[in-house]
Amino acid sequence: MEMLVSAPFTGYVYPNETIIPWTLLIAIYPYLTGLVAGAFTVSSMYHAFGMERFKAVARFALLISLSCMIFVPLPLILHLGHPERAMNAMITPHLSSAFAMFGFFAAFYVVLLMLECWFVFRADNVARANSSTGLIRAFYRAVTLWSDDVSANAREYDRKWLLALAIIGIPGAHGLHGYVGFVYGSLKSREWWGSDLMPVVFIFSAVISGMALCIVLYVVAAKVRRIKIDFACLKGMAYTLWGFMMFTLLLEALEFANLVYKGREGIEIVMEYVRGPLFVRMFVVQFGLGALLPIGIISAMIARDTRGKAFVIGLTISSLLVLMSVFMMRWNVVIGGQEISKTMKGLLTYIPPLYGRQGILSGLAVMTAPFLLLWVLTRLFPPWGDMSPEESK
Amino acid sequence: MTQDSSKDKSGRRAFLRTAGKALAGAMGGAALLAESGAQDEHIAGSNAKTSFPTEDYDWTEHRWAYGIDATRCIGCLRCVEACKTENDVAQDAHHFRTWVERYVYLEGEERARVDSHSDPQNIAASGSESEYRFDNRYKDEKVTKAFFVPKMCNQCQHPSCVQVCPVGATFRTEDGVVLIDRKYCIGCEYCVQACPYGARFFNQETGTSDKCTWCYHRITKGLQPACVEVCPVGARIFGDRNDPSSSINEFIDNNRVHVLKPETGNAPTCFYVGLDKEVS
Repeated sequence: MEMLVSAPFTGYVYPNETIIPWTLLIAIYPYLTGLVAGAFTVSSMYHAFGMERFKAVARFALLISLSCMIFVPLPLILHLGHPERAMNAMITPHLSSAFAMFGFFAAFYVVLLMLECWFVFRADNVARANSSTGLIRAFYRAVTLWSDDVSANAREYDRKWLLALAIIGIPGAHGLHGYVGFVYGSLKSREWWGSDLMPVVFIFSAVISGMALCIVLYVVAAKVRRIKIDFACLKGMAYTLWGFMMFTLLLEALEFANLVYKGREGIEIVMEYVRGPLFVRMFVVQFGLGALLPIGIISAMIARDTRGKAFVIGLTISSLLVLMSVFMMRWNVVIGGQEISKTMKGLLTYIPPLYGRQGILSGLAVMTAPFLLLWVLTRLFPPWGDMSPEESK
Repeated sequence: MTQDSSKDKSGRRAFLRTAGKALAGAMGGAALLAESGAQDEHIAGSNAKTSFPTEDYDWTEHRWAYGIDATRCIGCLRCVEACKTENDVAQDAHHFRTWVERYVYLEGEERARVDSHSDPQNIAASGSESEYRFDNRYKDEKVTKAFFVPKMCNQCQHPSCVQVCPVGATFRTEDGVVLIDRKYCIGCEYCVQACPYGARFFNQETGTSDKCTWCYHRITKGLQPACVEVCPVGARIFGDRNDPSSSINEFIDNNRVHVLKPETGNAPTCFYVGLDKEVS
């Protein structure tokens, strides 16, 4: 039995609320699905829409998406009181629950991502199998599922599948993430969550977080591999990031304005929360440092046509700020919702423990795992270099 | 009223089922999911004819309801103590199947000051988290109005906790009590979030959600819930709405009763007398 950490409170809260039910891990869960959806969007810009300038990062983005997606269920399972019963949700889904579909959505999406990877990397894997011997050859042969036909005809077939998967994947990824927003937004018990805009806000913030992650990892990978950064590609991502950030900011402002303007029962406590404990977390960190500052930096760089190293540094810093901001947004939604009491007469303070299943260390481990997997995947299936022939149109 | 509410219920169910199926269909798993959707009916339908939880108890014959007369409650907290003992609830300040709130209006103040026995000041006064007491903090103030409100699971007719359970481990019995199957609950705590009344908590020992059952193990044997049994002032009333002469019917018929947070649409079956604008 894990040690109980009770939340200190002010005002009046229901006695049972003093143990915060959804903790750090449940804030990480929407963060991860967001990265999946965002990275997939980057990948699809090339694979579905044929935007050539995203070619340099398209395959890498796909691996980023897959690496994150595989670990999406982990924080949820770790949080369960009975992890061994997790599959009950798929064996006997209770259809009225917004959460019953998670297993199906997640499984569908993992399969879709793996299929897409299979088609994207197939020709490369065939080439690798042919140029190696022994166990390595056997491994790559198995990965291609012993399909070694790389004739023009077969590649055309691959290309058609790839296009279809990339197109299905867009509503898939965004659906998966919008659905996460619905899980919170559909609850009537919490004023902070019960917003119709929640799923949309989640989708837009997902896109910017995944895009920012692709930018950061692309720059890091280029530095590590000592290759020249594709400036056009990076600039394309900067434009897209900027555009989606504007939407995200607008939607979040709209959501907040709605809550305040409607001023329903208990708005006093919401305002007390926003002006007090949430002020730094939301207005300074999430909106100020994490949204307005990067928008300012990117706007200035675009206006002044900044190039070269300065642009790379500016964009990387902006992307890191965006990644931090989106995590803060998840935290402010998931934890924030629970810090405002259902009585609307009191506020709680969640202090994450360092150790234990729900602790900070556990959260860090969950967040690190996708990147370890990504490292392994990029070693096995290098996504860079010349794109394989079937992808060039 | 009964007919209306059962119509409501089936309408809502049908809607949810349709919505669920539409969603599933859109995601491409329609056939598989429609089949498992039949489970909902299974719980409410065929099981209804079997006896539960004991052989000589027929849950189709009863319709339990609960009354709380807040004007009578003296805040002695014997109910809280009895509930903790009877139901083996963790003896700390964070797990309660029932609790009591104190509302105090001081002279010149428009809003009530609210606390419960799990307030740190009250725990300090009792000296232990497992002893329940309201301290005397207002002894030097001029109190214009003060009262107690017992709280517990409202055993709603449209329970949001049941709606959100991803595995159907929590369900509403035919006789009107929301229960949790501890052997099936996965412990995701979605129901804890969904309950507007804060009536559910996570039981660290069982790894599952937990809440008031109106002492289902007692009422199905013809006994009263423990909290009702020990209340010295008759502030808690429990009975069968199918029995015309029951005390709960008398309570509901002779009073203008309220429910908590009616705007949620949860339709509680805990009926209150003596609420105040500040009670939520």
